[in-house]
Amino acid sequence: MIGIIDSKICNIYSLTNMLKKLNADFIIFDNPENIQSVDRIILPGVGAFPKAMENLSKSGLKDAIIQFARSGKPVLGICLGMQLLFDKSTEFGISEGLGLIPGEIIKIKTDLVLPHIGWNDLSIKPGCKILERVDNGADVYFVHSYRAETDTKYIAATTNYGELIPAVVYKDNVYGAQFHPEKSMKWGEIILSNFIKL
Amino acid sequence: MLKTRIIPCLDVDNGRVVKGINFLNLVDAGDPVECAKRYSESGADELVFLDITASSNRRETIVETIRKVSEVTFIPFTVGGGIRSINDIEKILQAGSDKVSINTQAVLNKSLITEGANNFGSQCIVVAIDSKKVNGIDHVFIYGGREDTGITVLDWVKECENCGAGEILLTSWDKDGTKSGFDDELLAKVTKKVKIPIIASGGGGTMNHFVTAALHGGASALLAASVFHFGEIDILELKKYMAKNGVQVRLDI
Repeated sequence: MIGIIDSKICNIYSLTNMLKKLNADFIIFDNPENIQSVDRIILPGVGAFPKAMENLSKSGLKDAIIQFARSGKPVLGICLGMQLLFDKSTEFGISEGLGLIPGEIIKIKTDLVLPHIGWNDLSIKPGCKILERVDNGADVYFVHSYRAETDTKYIAATTNYGELIPAVVYKDNVYGAQFHPEKSMKWGEIILSNFIKL
Repeated sequence: MLKTRIIPCLDVDNGRVVKGINFLNLVDAGDPVECAKRYSESGADELVFLDITASSNRRETIVETIRKVSEVTFIPFTVGGGIRSINDIEKILQAGSDKVSINTQAVLNKSLITEGANNFGSQCIVVAIDSKKVNGIDHVFIYGGREDTGITVLDWVKECENCGAGEILLTSWDKDGTKSGFDDELLAKVTKKVKIPIIASGGGGTMNHFVTAALHGGASALLAASVFHFGEIDILELKKYMAKNGVQVRLDI
């Protein structure tokens, strides 16, 4: 059973539709009650970092997610959800994240247009389980203006947009995708099905 | 490398695709769900739905359509047409749309762009602009091309960017329907003026038109309707042609 964290800042309908297609069972959580009953959680999100963290703190989900991750069960952050996994962000001032992966979130440094919107290809380092059966060079759908700054040992795939951007990150049982697997056709479907089978 | 996006645009009236897609051997060419699914499987990178419903229950109808499309379409899509308030935006995003496009209402009430961006993130606020030349100057028109605002396109795109728009969908009404090519000259001016992605619309008739709008116009994405709907241009063939001519596109569908 998958727990989907509803941080009340984005629509989770596309994600649930993809999970339905994969025949995966899920429950949506907007508070921490019973969250420890699921065997993995997905933290989706679009929008602004501080607002999302504020909502997670208020609802008590922040501590619940940290505790869940420490128990060793798989966690997947998507887009802003991935960014929330890190220590802090500089979007609209400094705000604290979940601290599950060391690093911070900074604005993309490029002369190219921002947001970085559209399909871009992955350069994949072998070894990350959620990227099994995904081709090097696979195109996936990105929408963001900020990126993770972290140690290369936590980076499983990058994409190039003026500079190298971490596209898939992981540390032990915690995974993050900067792009939207639920909007990335076949490659996104494979990545989500890999996560479900972890 | 970021890929240049190809976006078919579907007009939806009362939950039905108008002038349906008539080359993909669809069982029901007027069914938005079937059209969206087939386009997503044929290499489209994104979809735009323009709701042209005139009836009073339009919001309920389009929300229901979006919900159904979202269940089977795993590429991003944008919904536009008649969006007037934050509440309208919220309903459409919650039904599964990734973005909304705002046209006339953005001109009448700029704060809708800012509030939309603040509430839901810039990435889901697309400002649609209808441009027509008046004495050689590109003006912004509203109410479906009927009213000249007197505002120049170059001023308005900058204003949209400042207000927090995530993308601009720029339709040249001088070019729309002519199949004589996108307005590359206007695109080049606009893409130099702002640092947000520009979706070019109006005039795409041959595969080379799409190439020059990307290379000379600097468009991040190219939108067309009838050339795709009537099978005059096959999206995958188009993308292969663009790749051969130096435009990065997504081919591994």
